Amino acid sequence: MARIIAGVASSHVPAIGAAIDNKQTEEPYWKRVFSGFEKSKEWMAKTKPDVAIVVYNDHASAFSVEVVPTFALGCAAEFPPADEGWGPRPVPVVKGHPELASHIAQSVILDEFDLTICNKMEVDHGLTVPMNLLFGSPKEWPCPVIPLAVNVVLYPPPTAHRCYMLGKAIRKAVESYREDLNVVIFGTGGMSHQISGPRAGLINSKFDKAFLDNLSKDPKKLTRISHLEFMREAGAEGIEMVMWLIMRGALDDKVDEVYRFYTVPASNTAVGHIILENRRKAAGKLKRAAASRKPDIRRGQ
Amino acid sequence: MARKGQEYDDIPGTFVFDAERSRQGFGINMFCMSLMKEENRKAFKANEAEYLKQFKLTPAQTEAILKRDYNRMLELGGNIYFTAKLGATDGHSFRHLAAVMTGSTQDDYAKMMLEGGRPVEGNRSKSGHYKASMLVPGDKPTSGKSTSKKGSKSRTKRG
Repeated sequence: MARIIAGVASSHVPAIGAAIDNKQTEEPYWKRVFSGFEKSKEWMAKTKPDVAIVVYNDHASAFSVEVVPTFALGCAAEFPPADEGWGPRPVPVVKGHPELASHIAQSVILDEFDLTICNKMEVDHGLTVPMNLLFGSPKEWPCPVIPLAVNVVLYPPPTAHRCYMLGKAIRKAVESYREDLNVVIFGTGGMSHQISGPRAGLINSKFDKAFLDNLSKDPKKLTRISHLEFMREAGAEGIEMVMWLIMRGALDDKVDEVYRFYTVPASNTAVGHIILENRRKAAGKLKRAAASRKPDIRRGQ
Repeated sequence: MARKGQEYDDIPGTFVFDAERSRQGFGINMFCMSLMKEENRKAFKANEAEYLKQFKLTPAQTEAILKRDYNRMLELGGNIYFTAKLGATDGHSFRHLAAVMTGSTQDDYAKMMLEGGRPVEGNRSKSGHYKASMLVPGDKPTSGKSTSKKGSKSRTKRG
């Protein structure tokens, strides 16, 4: 069976992508940011997931204001990088995993999460920047990717609690897939930032640090944060952090925090990054623990 | 018709892109989407006012676009991820636009970010009446100085 072995959260600031594309990663301003991901790349190279599920948001690239899906799952065989107004990013085409993606869609919809299915979709910096940060800049991405685009642009996004519960449903779906696959799930966006209006530039490091602490140890507390609190405390665009809770919901209640990094700023944004591992070993290596686990999907909360 | 008040309207200097603004600003955002194509960027730059006629825009929206009044565009239903495409057409980054929207010089804004960004203290609420953060204990409501005046008028001083 397939299983989720770890979760990664990372900001997806577009300027980070531009710094990579324009080869500015050694400049002092950017080196401060990129140096925080060196250990993460080593971890990822060692972890070698068979599939990555990347939770991200589209920034008026694949979806305009004509159609705004709350949760959109990429079930295509490949996802080309979008032209965001200055040409597509020079990154490899993202290869999908249509079989697992369709299986997840079927499973979570029957679990009452009404996903939109995307059989054709372009992906923007929201997805490709975190991939660069964790996989570097290879000629081909090392594993297939299942994109899950979440609306955080048009208010209201799904609630923190809804996102967390979707994570649980995704986990259940992955674990009911027959093939032995090790899956890593990404939550992207955040941390505190506001890029619109006269309050732009807002950063709240205290909030971000508390969010990281609780993401590790007490994620249920984070599911009670209201949209108003996210926007007031972490900036209008800081509400993206709800996406991290999909990642967290897909992990065990108790996880090992293996790495954390936080720096201010990258462009307008506080950059946060964390790696959480499930305590169980990889697929095919620990049947005992899998057998003793109880189902942890709860309905009706 | 006047905009219906929302609890998040109490956040200073912020235009939440909600359903009402989305409906109101459909023309602005579709115009901005059109700028993802090079030929459209060229056509727009060649004759801005003429190009805008193909979109359903109110006179106020057209004026805000032509004047590059980014806060006014947000107030009239534009969304930053869309209006940023207009900024990109002019050769500007998100950070450049952010500085413009805050009424700062580019240097001052960059300096503020390097020093840790705009503090949340004093920037949480226009009214001073709000619920403290459940995540960060000790963040009690204060009647501190806020950017509410700027926010409520939705215009910032320019340079």
